Amino acid sequence: MRTTPRSALAIAAGVRGGELSAVAVLEEHLASIAAREADVHAFNLVMEAEARQRAAAIDEMVAGGHDPGPLAGVPVALKDLLCTRGIPTTCSSRILEGWVPPYNATSVTRLHAAGAVAVGKTNMDEFAMGSSTEHSAFGPTRNPHDLTRVPGGSSGGSAAAVAAGFASVSLGSDTGGSIRQPAALCGVVGVKPTYGMVSRYGLVAFASSLDQIGPFAVDVADAALVLDVIGGHDEMDSTSLPGAGPQAARNLGRGAEGLRVGLIAELAGAEGIAADVAARVREAADALAGAGAKVEEVSVPSVRYGLSAYYMIAPAEASSNLARFDGVRYGLRVPGNDITEMYIATRSAGFGAEVKRRIMLGTYALSAGYYDAYYGKAQKVRTLIIRDFEEAYRSFDVLLSPTSPTTAFALGAKTSDPLTMYLNDVCTIPSNLAGHPAMSVPFGQGGDGLPIGVQVLAPALGEPLMFQVAEVLESLARSLGGGK
Amino acid sequence: MAHVARLARLALSDEELDRFTAQLADVLEHAADIEALDIEGVPPTAHPVALVNVFREDVERPCLDRDEVLAQAPEVEADRFRIPRILGEAP
Repeated sequence: MRTTPRSALAIAAGVRGGELSAVAVLEEHLASIAAREADVHAFNLVMEAEARQRAAAIDEMVAGGHDPGPLAGVPVALKDLLCTRGIPTTCSSRILEGWVPPYNATSVTRLHAAGAVAVGKTNMDEFAMGSSTEHSAFGPTRNPHDLTRVPGGSSGGSAAAVAAGFASVSLGSDTGGSIRQPAALCGVVGVKPTYGMVSRYGLVAFASSLDQIGPFAVDVADAALVLDVIGGHDEMDSTSLPGAGPQAARNLGRGAEGLRVGLIAELAGAEGIAADVAARVREAADALAGAGAKVEEVSVPSVRYGLSAYYMIAPAEASSNLARFDGVRYGLRVPGNDITEMYIATRSAGFGAEVKRRIMLGTYALSAGYYDAYYGKAQKVRTLIIRDFEEAYRSFDVLLSPTSPTTAFALGAKTSDPLTMYLNDVCTIPSNLAGHPAMSVPFGQGGDGLPIGVQVLAPALGEPLMFQVAEVLESLARSLGGGK
Repeated sequence: MAHVARLARLALSDEELDRFTAQLADVLEHAADIEALDIEGVPPTAHPVALVNVFREDVERPCLDRDEVLAQAPEVEADRFRIPRILGEAP
């Protein structure tokens, strides 16, 4: 039985006030890890010694009259594609096994500066390519709610770590839904911020025009706290947005009275969306209307083509980004007689099947004679999706949809059929293509008793309103008794 | 597919080639649904944010530590990354 709080806000308040010791909080989380990590496999690395040292230092700061910051003593888990100086970072790939980055990701530096305690590096689909965390070179992560099910992916380890109480909050990355979908499947809050809101410096790149770092948390207020810490301009990332930062917590507590909420017709009842998921999303919409929001269905016609555009654009960018793994400067090298042989031997031995598949797809989409037919067309569809969202946001403040088409599926159910796996991302991909923020909030359970997530979407820089609505949904879900 | 694998610097087994060919055909077939859209005259979007060149002040500042970086390299010689030969045999 826990004696310290789960919530990051509560932990930080207690530690800053001297009523709670960071060491005691950490030890409870390490005890949870000791009890269940062998079953869940959320981590590639648990940083027990470093975390203990760090928690003790936080307690000393408080004892010495210093404020460690807004995340004082909060145990955080980091997806294993965020660079951590002196701590291995693998991207769950053999090609980076044993690599020790010489610098920290900006988001890691900011968490540290805010007083957080890093407890470990979390498992993921290799190079963030997947929706189940089964494409990891180090074995799958399991869903803490049901060990026979996947946690979602690619940030499955980070979602599972929060759901299982291994960490209070965690960071993931989201290229096509890799934070929101596992959040939905694990029953936690997951946020993909506006593109450029969180620095990508030190994030190992998958698809640079789509990737964003964001938090997992047990509730909306914690997620806002973490995003406000890691967000904001960073001169080390040339795509980092100038300006005031996310201000995710700004509108919390304001309710939903008078807000205009659009239920995306093409996603709410689309083919492939399970009946129980569609029903929970309708309930969420109705509940928001009951809380004073003006809720209507809205058509965003091109979103249904997002998946097709994404599976050209993301692999194309990945095939270029992953060219850097060539055995020259870091990671695995398999010898060859000349440099081309060495490249080929290294990459063929180091990458797993899904990564090879995406590199092949991306290389094909970009190759001479096919560029216009595939990549070029996909870029035009991207424009249409952005236009359709703009049109919808003329009449609505935020939009609503399912996060994932189904609850957590069984391990092994979709690994042999990549297209079936890719279809998991149908509701989450459009926000990445548009560069808009979106988040998943737990809203009740499915027929199988597993968590369901509702997705709140907002226009670029719309974090304050998005979190405002998400918080209302969260309290409505609780008052509905967990949504039945 | 063998040509694409060469471009990507990957050596795939016959089994992998067959499997990937079928799986990628499924994805391309699904992606053909965008033919239903009228994209005539629509400009392409490469990036969600209008990118502009970002300059910084031209002042010296520390970069990554050379020894720390080289410590991660598979092979090093004289403070440089060592690689296999890049040209054919000397005549």
